[in-house]
Amino acid sequence: MSEDTALDDVEVEEAPEDEIVVLAQKWKKKRGSLIMALHELQGRLGYVPRESAMKLGREMGIPLANIYEVLTFYNYFKLESPGKYIISVCTGTACHIKGSPKLLHGIENELGIKEGESTPDGEYHLQGVRCLGCCGLAPLASVNGKVYGKQDVTDAHGLLENVKRDEPMHVAAESDDAE
Amino acid sequence: MTDMINATINGVPVEVAPGTTILDAARKVHVKIPTLCKHPDLEATGACGICIVKVQNTGKMLRSCCTPLDEGMDILTETPEIVEVRRGVLELTLSRHPNECLTCLRNQNCELQALAADFGMTTSDLPNIVPDLPLDTSTKSIVLDPRKCILCGRCITVCQQHQNVWALSFLNRGFKTRIAAAGDIPLADSPCVRCGQCSAHCPTGAIVEYDETVAVWNKLQDPEAYCVVQIAPAVRVAVGEAFGFPIGANLTGKIYASLRRMGFKAVFDTNFGADLTIMEEASEFKSRLLEGTGVLPLITSCCPGWVDFMEKFHGDMIDHFSSCKSPHEMVGALSKTYYAEKMGIDPAKIFVVSIMPCTAKKSEIIRSKEMSSSGYQDVDVSLTTREFARMIKQSGIDFVTIPDEQPDHMLGAYTGAGTIFGATGGVMEAALRTAHYYVTGHDAPRVDFEMTRGLEGVKEGKLNVAGKEIRVAVAHGLANVEQVLEKVRAAREAGEELPYHFIEVMACAGGCVGGGGQPYGATNELRTKRAAGLYQEDQAGLWRCSHHNPYIKELYSEFLGEIGGHKAHDLLHTGYQVLPEYKR
Repeated sequence: MSEDTALDDVEVEEAPEDEIVVLAQKWKKKRGSLIMALHELQGRLGYVPRESAMKLGREMGIPLANIYEVLTFYNYFKLESPGKYIISVCTGTACHIKGSPKLLHGIENELGIKEGESTPDGEYHLQGVRCLGCCGLAPLASVNGKVYGKQDVTDAHGLLENVKRDEPMHVAAESDDAE
Repeated sequence: MTDMINATINGVPVEVAPGTTILDAARKVHVKIPTLCKHPDLEATGACGICIVKVQNTGKMLRSCCTPLDEGMDILTETPEIVEVRRGVLELTLSRHPNECLTCLRNQNCELQALAADFGMTTSDLPNIVPDLPLDTSTKSIVLDPRKCILCGRCITVCQQHQNVWALSFLNRGFKTRIAAAGDIPLADSPCVRCGQCSAHCPTGAIVEYDETVAVWNKLQDPEAYCVVQIAPAVRVAVGEAFGFPIGANLTGKIYASLRRMGFKAVFDTNFGADLTIMEEASEFKSRLLEGTGVLPLITSCCPGWVDFMEKFHGDMIDHFSSCKSPHEMVGALSKTYYAEKMGIDPAKIFVVSIMPCTAKKSEIIRSKEMSSSGYQDVDVSLTTREFARMIKQSGIDFVTIPDEQPDHMLGAYTGAGTIFGATGGVMEAALRTAHYYVTGHDAPRVDFEMTRGLEGVKEGKLNVAGKEIRVAVAHGLANVEQVLEKVRAAREAGEELPYHFIEVMACAGGCVGGGGQPYGATNELRTKRAAGLYQEDQAGLWRCSHHNPYIKELYSEFLGEIGGHKAHDLLHTGYQVLPEYKR
């Protein structure tokens, strides 16, 4: 693999798609469950992107027109990304043990916001998420679908600097480690 | 028989079947309750509240459009109290409607304006707060102006329930509620198939046709341009409604005369193109049926709304589609080839205008490269019946008294088979007439195939042609298509005998007579009358089968050569592609 291939870039972007299929299967049979499915979707992504709403609609057999009626009726749902950088800090078991709460607090202090909030300038949105599915890289955060793994939980500032430079983990570095 | 409901309305006894709404019951005793959100063609949503009436027995005020009359009800429809409530509804509605009547396409043809006039809404204590929302002209067929929307929901009902397209919905809630394309994107990127039923049912100017009359006037003024025109079958029995003619009056001769007065150098008739479509399509059917040159059932393709719908939602049916272009596209292509050649006119100077009952035709003329088969865009502008009516009014022509004229026969003479294209089932009936001839070598003893007529959502029938049973289906209103296609898919997957050999689909209820570009107020009663105007002409005509049209014969012998031959294929046929349901 070449040095500048972002780790898991493709897989991470596709993951929500598969997740939507699972989500749709889960709620499809229950009448009036669209709101629940949308809640879960937003819980995962921080907002409901158009593409995800379309995919969900296709999987659940609900026209996009209906989905948007619901999405725009309730203030809770967000159609736009809440920030330029959506930072999702994994709080799953492996990351938790490796100290991810500390990382989360560190970022909170750096940005001056609490988990679940966005910075007033719309640059950052911070959220804790459950397992991102790459426990081998714990503790980790994902930012706009890109993975920042094996973080130093005491260095939130360093993580944010890497985010700004758009420098996620590199596979080459990882495989070197493995060797 | 169930017991009838007996009640009184304004003291007048009324007897109706159970389930009849107070609104409909009132009509029976000649009481007209004002309505705004309720369209007689659509299910009531009870959105606006202007149709309230008072039930004396209980003192309650109820919406008459969605309340069934109950036994013993004593209804009052007009009291000062009721009028005051209705004025309140209107005042609130007007408070967020722009005061742009003079510059609105619906001026003098707007249901809100008419009610405001009836109720003398000259003053208001409420401020006029109009939402600042952009115009959506993206489809170049239908224009969405959400500022003018009164949130009645008619367009949504027709788009979602009747057409099963789901291109339109309400967004947001409360004061911020607005009409928008599904997913809040430009209408052109939504599943919209441009059928225009939303515009035909809109009570105000919130959804209208994309007006192109100015472009046509400009061309008519241009000394370099050679403007020719054609009218669709359904236009002739509908345009008269704008001039006070009885519904269904066939005004073909007056239309020809008016078009010449406007300055068109040749006046053609899309009915000729319909005859030509039948020559090609019946031949296509015959060879698929007898020689297995393609899959059956053959599905008609002259309705662009249906073609778009199929490409977006039923791409697996592409092979079943007739490759024939729609009639006006054929006339367009021939105007810039055959006609140009014969008359010695530079085709580059010919400007073809189609007058259609349809908004989707505006998109069809640029849908693919085959729509420029003459080497130029075959049809330059497609106008709706509503735009045409306005042009007649602008031109100072006294449409009521103008004497009849004839078309330019080269591309204007037609048979009854071409005329009935404008009604649901008409294409099928016309095709069967000629297919029968192609298969057996002689005309059917009777060319009326009544099984294809009427307003049943899906019509099925069979006939015997030379010992072979031909099964046909006719669907109109896009929501009715699914069940027909499902039958075909089920049989195909099970490897069973196909349920049909031939299927006709029209996007709009009633076919083109109920088209999205036709005059307002379509109901089944009105569709039936318009269709009757077409069937009368068919019945009275000298020629009733497309293959009897002498000008069609001349066209083939002088120019096209063989039916379904090379030249015919280049000019008269097209192809289809699977479209993504929603563009991203």
